[in-house]
Amino acid sequence: MKVIYTDVLIIGGGLAGLRVATGVKERGHDAVVLTLVPPKRSHSAAAQGGMQASLANSKMGEGDNEDVHFSDTIKGSDWGADQIVARMFTHCAPKAIRELAHWGVPWTRVKRGDRTAIINAKKVTITEKDEAHGLITARDFGGTKKWRTCYTSDGTGHSMLFAMDNKAHEDKVEIHERLEAISLIHEHGRCFGAVARNLMTGELVAYVSRATTIATGGYGRIYSVSTNAIICQGIGQAIALETGVATLGNMEAIQFHPTAIVPVGILTTEGCRGDGGLLLDKDGYRFMPDYEPEKKELASRDVVSRRMTEHMRKGKGVKSRYGDHLWLDITILGREHIEKNLREVKEICENFLGIDPAKEWIPVRPTQHYSMGGIRTKYTGESQTLKGLYSCGEAACWDLHGFNRLGGNSVSETVVSGMLVAEYISDYLESPESHLSIHTANVAKFVHKEQEKIDALLSRENGEDAYVLRRRMEEIMMDKVGIFRNGDDLKEAVDELEELYKRSKSIEVFRSKSHAANPALENAYRTQKMLKVALCVAYGALLRTESRGAHSREDFPRRDDENWLKRTITSWVKEDDTLPTVTYEDIDINTMEMPPGFRGYGKDLTDHNKDTAHRQSTVDMIRKHLEAEGADRFHIQNVLMPFKDKLPKKYRGINERFGENI
Amino acid sequence: MSENKNRILKISILRFDPNDPEDFPHMETFEVEEADGMTLFVALNEIREHHDNSLKFDFVCRAGICGSCSMLVNGKPTLACRTLTKKLGENITLAPLPLFELIGDLSIYTGKWMRGLNERLETWIHDKENELQVDKLEERMEPELADEIYELDRCVECGCCVAGCGTIQMRPDFVGAVGLNKVARYHLDPRDKRDDEEYYEMIGDEDGVFGCMTLLGCEDVCPKDLPLQSKIAYLRRMMIKQGLK
Repeated sequence: MKVIYTDVLIIGGGLAGLRVATGVKERGHDAVVLTLVPPKRSHSAAAQGGMQASLANSKMGEGDNEDVHFSDTIKGSDWGADQIVARMFTHCAPKAIRELAHWGVPWTRVKRGDRTAIINAKKVTITEKDEAHGLITARDFGGTKKWRTCYTSDGTGHSMLFAMDNKAHEDKVEIHERLEAISLIHEHGRCFGAVARNLMTGELVAYVSRATTIATGGYGRIYSVSTNAIICQGIGQAIALETGVATLGNMEAIQFHPTAIVPVGILTTEGCRGDGGLLLDKDGYRFMPDYEPEKKELASRDVVSRRMTEHMRKGKGVKSRYGDHLWLDITILGREHIEKNLREVKEICENFLGIDPAKEWIPVRPTQHYSMGGIRTKYTGESQTLKGLYSCGEAACWDLHGFNRLGGNSVSETVVSGMLVAEYISDYLESPESHLSIHTANVAKFVHKEQEKIDALLSRENGEDAYVLRRRMEEIMMDKVGIFRNGDDLKEAVDELEELYKRSKSIEVFRSKSHAANPALENAYRTQKMLKVALCVAYGALLRTESRGAHSREDFPRRDDENWLKRTITSWVKEDDTLPTVTYEDIDINTMEMPPGFRGYGKDLTDHNKDTAHRQSTVDMIRKHLEAEGADRFHIQNVLMPFKDKLPKKYRGINERFGENI
Repeated sequence: MSENKNRILKISILRFDPNDPEDFPHMETFEVEEADGMTLFVALNEIREHHDNSLKFDFVCRAGICGSCSMLVNGKPTLACRTLTKKLGENITLAPLPLFELIGDLSIYTGKWMRGLNERLETWIHDKENELQVDKLEERMEPELADEIYELDRCVECGCCVAGCGTIQMRPDFVGAVGLNKVARYHLDPRDKRDDEEYYEMIGDEDGVFGCMTLLGCEDVCPKDLPLQSKIAYLRRMMIKQGLK
C-alpha cells in the first residue's frame, strides 16, 4: 500500500483549491493538490464574463460598496443564502481581486474620458473620471444595482486561473496530476484524507492528511446538456456523501444560464447582455421588457431563463432540428467591442456555429450551468458533521448563493472562500485536535475496499452498461428536474433514478479490462456516484413544495417562507440505502440583516413568515436610530448583524475604495 | 434522398497503450455517421461509447478554452474539440501530439511538460519591493498595457506550437514558442521586476530565444492566434542588445 502523508490534502486544482493550497503554504503547512487534469485546464478557466467585487472605480459603479453587493447577493439568492457568509464574502471580494492583480491578472482598466456604451439598446456616452484612470474597471451583469463585474475581456477565469496556478508554482505547491479521489478515509467522525486512483497507471494511493479539502466544482454533468466542462461530474460531492457522515446542502438548487449556444450547450457569457446584447424571439422581437420592464435582459439568471422558456412555450421560439431556441443579438455592440471584450464568444461562434456574431444573431437557450448546492459546511468551510473535512468553491454549500447565484459571484467566491478557508484550516492545523490518530491498518481497509470495488467492476459478466444508465440519468434530469418542475415529473424522476441506481450496482466494464488508464472503468465507477448525486437533486426537488430562486415548481408557484425558509440537508446514511435521507436546517429570520422581501421580478408570490415583519421593523428601527445619531454604515451594519469577529484577523480591515476610506 | 444522406466518416486513430506489454503502435479505423455540427469531440465520444470504450483522449471544456484536446488532425496540431468534421474530408487521421509523454492513444501528458517549463522560466510576478496590501487601492495600470498583457496571457498551454516546432525536434530543451511568449508576457508586465539581465540568463542561449530557426510553424498552428512571430523577434532584438552590453 502506497501512503502519502501531508498536512492538507486538497482535492481539485481549480481556483478554489489552488487558493487554499497557497494560503496554507503561506502559513507554513504542507499541501498536496490532487487533480484530474493539469490545474490550468480546470473548469475555472471557462468563466468568461467576470468577477464581482465592489471597487466602484468606473462611472457606472459609483456609489457601490459591500452593502450594495450584499443586498444584490441576498436578493439574488431569494433569501436562501447565509447572510453572515454573504457579508464575509462581499467584504473580502475587493481584497481577493487586489491580491490577484498583485499576482499578475491583467484586469481591464478604467480609461479616462468619454466612451460609448450600449444601455437598453441605446448608445450612451459614459465619461470616466481622470482620477479613476488605470484602476480596475467593471461591466454590468444581471441582478446587480451597479456595474460591479471586473474582467479581462471575456477570458476572466482563464487569466485568474493562470495567475493562481503560477502563484502555486512559485509557492512550490505539490500538484499530483491525473489523480482522482474515489473515497474519503474517515473514522469516528473525523476525516483523514482520501483514497485516490492514478488515472494513468491505475494505482491506488492512500493520501493521509490532517485536513482534507474538496474543491472539485459542481455537478452539472448529471444533466444531458450543460455548460460545464465534462469533468464536472459531482464526484467530490459523491465521495463526501458516501462517508455517511458528511452532508450536502440544497442539492436541488440548480442554475440554468440563459445563453448557451444550441445545440452543444457552450456558454456565451452574461457579459454579452451586460454590455448591451438583447434577447430576440423568432420574429426578431425583443421580448424581455414585456416580462421584466425594469431589469429586462439583466434580471437574475433564474428569472431570465424562466421567461425565455415561457416565451418559447408560447410558440415564439425559433424552430430547429434540435428543438426551439431564441436569439442573442450582440451585433449592436459593434465589431470593435466584440473583438476586444467578447473574444471568446466570437471564437466560439466562429468555431462551433460558423457564424460571425458581429453580423449574425446567436442561437441560444437556457442550459444547466451552476450548482448552488454542494457539501454543506460551516462558514469556516468545515463540514458540519465530519471533522477535518473542508470544502469550498462551487463544490461547497457554505451558503453564499441560496437558491440562485448572481453572475460574477462564482469566480469571486472561489478565491474568497479559498483565502478564508485556508486560514481556518491553518488554525485547525495549529491546534492539538488536528493530530493524526488513525491506524494504518484502518487506512488499508479503505484502500482494499476500493480495490475490491474496481476488481468487481472489471471481472463482472452479463452486467449493466454504464453508458446506458448514465445517458438515461442525464435525460431524466434534463426532462424532469429542469427549469420548471412539477410533482408528477419529479416523482417519476426519483423512482426511475432509484431504479437506475439499483441497476448500477451490477455495472460491468465491457471490453476494456485494463486496470491502468481505462476510460470505461472510470465511467463505470463515476456513473455509480453520479446517480447518487442525481438522486439527491431530484429527491430534494420533489420534497420542496414551493418555488424559490432557481427551484421553480409549477404546482407550487409561491415562495413559502412560513414552511420552506430552510436549507435542504441530504445524507446517505447506510451504504445499502437506495435513496438519500433528507432533513432540513432552519434559516433564522431573527438574526438577519436583510429580512425576506420581494425580489422585484414579476408578481410578488411570497407567503411571508410570521417573524419577517417583526424583524423588518426591528432592523428599520435600529437603522433609523443609528442614522439619527450619525453612525456610519459600518457601525450600523455591525449592530444589525456582526460578522467581522468570524473573519481571520488579517482580512478584517476596511477596504479602500475610489472615493471612500482613502 | 441521397443528397440528404449523412457522410460516413472513416476516422483512423494511431493507437497504443504503453501500459499493455503486448500492445504496439498501430492504426485503427472507425466508421462514424456524420451529424450536423459534429465536432471531433462528438465523433470521438461516439467511438468510445459505441465502438471501443478503451479509446483514450483528453477533453475538458470541449469549448476551445482549456487546451486539453490538442492532437494531430490529418497531421496538423490543433484543438480537436472545436474542429468541425464538415471542414474535413471523409477520411480523417488522428494521432497524439508528438514530443509529449504518451498516456495512451490520443491522451498525452502536457501537464508535466508545461509545469516544467513554468518552473524553469519562473512564470510568475517577481516583486520583492512591493508587499501586497489587500485593503489598499490597487496599483494603477495603463488600460492599453493591460490589454496588451492580456493578449499574450491568452495562451492555453495546449502544446500545438511545441508539436509544430522544428527547432525542438533537434533541441529537446528548447523552450518553444509557448515559453518565449510567456517571457514576453512577463517582460511586458511592469509588476514583474526582473531586469533584462535576468531574462538574458534565462533565455539568452540556444535553448532559448537564439535557438529558434524562425520556421514559425508555431504561429501557423496556434489556436489562439497569438502574435508569436513578432514576440520572438522582439525578444531576440532585446536579448541581442543585452548580450552586447
